[in-house]
Amino acid sequence: MKKVKSLIITGFGINCEEEMAAAYKIAGAESEIVHLNDILLGKKSIHNFDILNFPGGFSFGDDLGSGKVLANKMKFKKLQSGKLFLDDLKDFIASGKYIFGICNGFQFLVKMGLLPDVAEDFNQEVTLTKNNSAKYEDRWVWCKVNENSNSPFLTGIEKIQVPVRHGEGKLIIKNKKIEKKIIENNLNCLSYCDENGYETAEYPQNPNGSDLNCAALTNESGQVFGMMPHPEAFLSLYNHPNWGQLKRQNPKISEDGEGLQIFKNIVDKIIKEVK
Amino acid sequence: MKNQIQLVLKDGIRDVEGERITKTAKDFLGIETGKIKTGKIFNLTYNINESDVKIFAEKGLCDEIIHNIFINSFYQNEFYKAYVLVAKLPGVTDDEGVSAQKTLNDILELNLDVNTQHIYTEEIYLIENELAENDLKILAEGLLGNKLIHHFEFGKFAGKVNYIPTVKIPDGKKVNLINLSVDDENLLELSQKMLLSLNLEEMKAIQNYFNTDDIKAIRKKNNLPELPTDLEIEILAQTWSEHCKHKEFAATINYENIETGEKKVINSLFNTYIRKSTEIVRERLKKAGNNWLLKIFTDNAGVVKIDDDSVFVWKVETHNSPSAIDPYGGAITGILGNNRDPLATGIGGAKLLFNTNVLCFGPPNYNKKLLKGQLHPKRIFEGVRHGIEDGGNKSGIPTVNGSIIFDERYSGKPLVYCGTGGVMPAKYNGVDSWLKPIDAGDIIVMAGGRVGKDGIHGATFSSAEIDENSPQSAVQIGSPITQKFVADFMQDAVKNGLIKCSTDNGAGGLSSAVGELAEISGGAIVNLEKVPLKYENLKPWEIFISESQERMIFVVEKENVTKLFQFAEEREVELSNIGKFTSTGFLDVRFEGEKIALLEMDFLHNGVPKKVMGAEWKKPKLNEPKLPQILDYNEILLKLMGSFNICSRENVIRQYDHEVKGKTIIKPLMGANGKAPQDAAVMRLNFDGFGGLAISNGICPKFGDIDAYEMSAGAFDEAVRQIISVGGKLPDVNDDSNRFWTVNDNFCVPDSAFHSENNPDGKQKLAKLVQMNEALFDLATFYNIPMTSGKDSMKNDFKAGKVKISVPPTILYSMVAKIDDVRETITSNFKARGDLIYIVGKTYDELGGSEFYKLFDELGANVPKVRRENAMRIYQKMMQANDAKIIESSHDISDGGLAITIAEKAFGGEFGAEIQLENCEKISLNAILFAESHSRFVVSVQQINQHIFEDYFGNDATFIGKVTDEAKLRISKEKLSIINVEITELMRAWDNGLEKK
Repeated sequence: MKKVKSLIITGFGINCEEEMAAAYKIAGAESEIVHLNDILLGKKSIHNFDILNFPGGFSFGDDLGSGKVLANKMKFKKLQSGKLFLDDLKDFIASGKYIFGICNGFQFLVKMGLLPDVAEDFNQEVTLTKNNSAKYEDRWVWCKVNENSNSPFLTGIEKIQVPVRHGEGKLIIKNKKIEKKIIENNLNCLSYCDENGYETAEYPQNPNGSDLNCAALTNESGQVFGMMPHPEAFLSLYNHPNWGQLKRQNPKISEDGEGLQIFKNIVDKIIKEVK
Repeated sequence: MKNQIQLVLKDGIRDVEGERITKTAKDFLGIETGKIKTGKIFNLTYNINESDVKIFAEKGLCDEIIHNIFINSFYQNEFYKAYVLVAKLPGVTDDEGVSAQKTLNDILELNLDVNTQHIYTEEIYLIENELAENDLKILAEGLLGNKLIHHFEFGKFAGKVNYIPTVKIPDGKKVNLINLSVDDENLLELSQKMLLSLNLEEMKAIQNYFNTDDIKAIRKKNNLPELPTDLEIEILAQTWSEHCKHKEFAATINYENIETGEKKVINSLFNTYIRKSTEIVRERLKKAGNNWLLKIFTDNAGVVKIDDDSVFVWKVETHNSPSAIDPYGGAITGILGNNRDPLATGIGGAKLLFNTNVLCFGPPNYNKKLLKGQLHPKRIFEGVRHGIEDGGNKSGIPTVNGSIIFDERYSGKPLVYCGTGGVMPAKYNGVDSWLKPIDAGDIIVMAGGRVGKDGIHGATFSSAEIDENSPQSAVQIGSPITQKFVADFMQDAVKNGLIKCSTDNGAGGLSSAVGELAEISGGAIVNLEKVPLKYENLKPWEIFISESQERMIFVVEKENVTKLFQFAEEREVELSNIGKFTSTGFLDVRFEGEKIALLEMDFLHNGVPKKVMGAEWKKPKLNEPKLPQILDYNEILLKLMGSFNICSRENVIRQYDHEVKGKTIIKPLMGANGKAPQDAAVMRLNFDGFGGLAISNGICPKFGDIDAYEMSAGAFDEAVRQIISVGGKLPDVNDDSNRFWTVNDNFCVPDSAFHSENNPDGKQKLAKLVQMNEALFDLATFYNIPMTSGKDSMKNDFKAGKVKISVPPTILYSMVAKIDDVRETITSNFKARGDLIYIVGKTYDELGGSEFYKLFDELGANVPKVRRENAMRIYQKMMQANDAKIIESSHDISDGGLAITIAEKAFGGEFGAEIQLENCEKISLNAILFAESHSRFVVSVQQINQHIFEDYFGNDATFIGKVTDEAKLRISKEKLSIINVEITELMRAWDNGLEKK
């Protein structure tokens, strides 16, 4: 069987590329880490891959706002071929393929206008900006999946515990019209919640004060997905801050981390589509 | 030509930064600002037309969801009665400006120069309340910026901002000659005037060198004047600096014990204790077939073998003085500089795995009048914390372990220890990665940031020479993003065989980097006009010793130069070919073809005269205090819980990314609620295996007031026992298990050179340093744990006029040990109700220096002692018990003693503990509860394993109670309740400790 091919973008301050590549490998895909300039210079084409990933990090040090400089680069800079990278991305999506951004990658997708893209015109409709705490924080949070969401990344997950590691994760939606569309189409596919699964605006369970308590967005087709928390940081049980006690309570507990499921989901989905 | 763009938040968007400033201004400075509106200004000095400026502002800078844009005008609103503008001084790193430059090129498809500064960013704060000018000044200098690096404007905002920090240096004579043919007095004066920090003997050695006939002849042959150039003198001063040559650790010390009359001569502390101990350990290891010690004390960092495929490389350093004057810049420069050490060890290109940070500050509630130039400890704390946050997070390196210590004596100079570990493949293209091969003819390539006046002569740079357009040079601010570009590039270039080896460009600049590498090939030629500059008209000597950050030196074989440069262009990294290595025996520096320095390598590196110092020891007379007979232990425990040295660091820890890379297994805080503090950090090395590392830090300066030897021994033991606690194993010199341990020792001491007026107790201080070294030797050779790298910082005194604040002699031992399987490691928190709780190890009547005594403002006399044989036996038993998997939780006992340790073990979640002290030693209750005796743990064990556990430990473990469901800590003795507190109450005291006044 042909393996799913996953492309992981790096460079310019992106720094979670290795764990993201590991996630796909464990999930059964091939993954390749490629410097963004190798794509812009035409040395690699995104079209040779099934899924394009923008990992977390601090592209350009979060200068001018997280993800902004990288988004500008992609929106306005022409490829060696003379085509805009954005147009290449549009073709990639049109061909039925997938794009996944985590943390800085999510911030970038939002600023590129790829998420949530309710108007389907690739214009920016929401932003991710400074947390209400005015702090960068690394803490584990609970998130619940919107049960009406069709995101293939979240299949079979109801609730998931994952770390957030950001200073600019507060989602602000441009206007009520867009917000209404997001809600109507269940694009707010993941929300911060308490341990019992109740959505919450309370700090620190909701670490940033996002509109709609939103932790992730999908576009309507489900092909483009971005989330603030880091599932690639929970590939193993031993990433969990309470693994010692979890193992004691259940000596047979799986050694996989729950974050891995998101990667397995999308890899499985792509395999099924190929069949 | 200037265009200005301002971004402000739209109405209705919460200004969280403004809110934070309002709150901090009130809490910290007592200034009521009312509402604050923040704004950012971009000053563009590029020659571009207004429509392009508009496109750039709208598309490139503005986030249309939250921002309003003003072009060549500013947001004004009568609601705000005052403002503060914070701009950078000329020459201060402006990363955001540079990123804006890059995005400008991308958006408008221009090809503007982005390597020098053309866009200058400024922050503007509009303030609701009409504050007096003095309040605005305090707000500006005390919270919003630092006058050493910032320009401020404040008052009522008139809608204009004019300041742009352009650098202008007048052109002048490039090279000056220095007349050394003067008498001793003038020689010393010259050293002071040129800020060389060389003493008379050293100056005379230089004088003699230039007076020898051989040298005169060589200079004549090479068209150099007989008198040395300014560059030559600066190179010698830099190479012979304490920082580079460690002259005090190499000195001959005459040591006398005043009480016993015993005298001894120590010929170099470094050789006698540090190097020697490691060599002894290495011999023992070798005999048993353990060959993991690959590189010690040479190169930028030590190297040990993980397995046949990979090696571990790491370094811990300090960045104290810079952090005292600009805490943010000092800390971030420290971290990034320290990152470059493992990155550029051997061939270079290690993947950086983690950072650790140990910080010593004055107490946050410090209330003495601040001396001139002294910053409040709380401000230093926040600045350093922020520097570590940006330095680590923006580089994608997790900060996995650390410690913060408060003592009033750190309120002048803080100690900022930064550590970084990384992994290299064992071989690159068939060559051992830790080697540094250089041959004559290899090209010297500089990479990364450009060169400015940064860091020349450190903080001593004379303010008299500065005018409004002089680049600020005393303080440097690291740029994590510039370094990330270079590091990523370097890792790939090394893998592709384009780089032969590398070194970092840190303290001492090119002079140090090239000068040291040239020792390998036997010489070098450097062409200084090839070095790219941040701004014009630097003098050659300034270029050569500048400490501008984020630079690397690559050694490149001639045939690879073109390929390397092409690859760098693809990755947007600036390289320059600045010379080549030779085997002539000379360091040969040129400017525009003309030779301006020619120094014999041998004299440069071995010509510095040896120092002779005196040490004298007399034991201080100390007594145990008399405390009240009846104490309220609930109250004492709550007070201790909230004391500065014990309370929670969660607010700090959470602002560091401690799990990027996805390999952190034991994080600083664990448990169901993420609150339980842990001992050593544990990381796995790969995603396809469970082998890993444990990382620990041992530091306890407080014991040094009683006994410097025991302080150093205690710190060593603390680092060892933290690793034992999580399940690590001591090295075994009797088998070939190849389980490495590696230590970085870091000494930070006050000026210990005797001077009858300035430092009358210098000999006592030096004696303490000797004792600290003796303990290092004793412990290292006892446990067979080698030093692989380290550092000394010898002048940690803050001076203002006649007043001096000196740090207590401090040593940090940072250790890393290999872990076979991270899944078998042990966390500190209780795991289940009903588990049995034991103290492992013995408690002694050792309250001297304890946090408990500190509550009563007492020091005491009975310092905790390391009893090596006992410790070894206990650790062996812990290792056995862990092999048998019968320890459910383990937490080492340190600051605060037993009661604190048990409480912390209950912070993981829903549990409490019921403790009876009947079985404990027959010593005072105070000592049982609060003594900080070393080599101890509190562990919990399942009931079914009770017998196995007790068989293993015998008298080395004392049963003290059980884990309970009820979240309470109850401690009793002979049925008498001593402590009975809710865990939530303890946690509250612990959580809020740093906030107290």
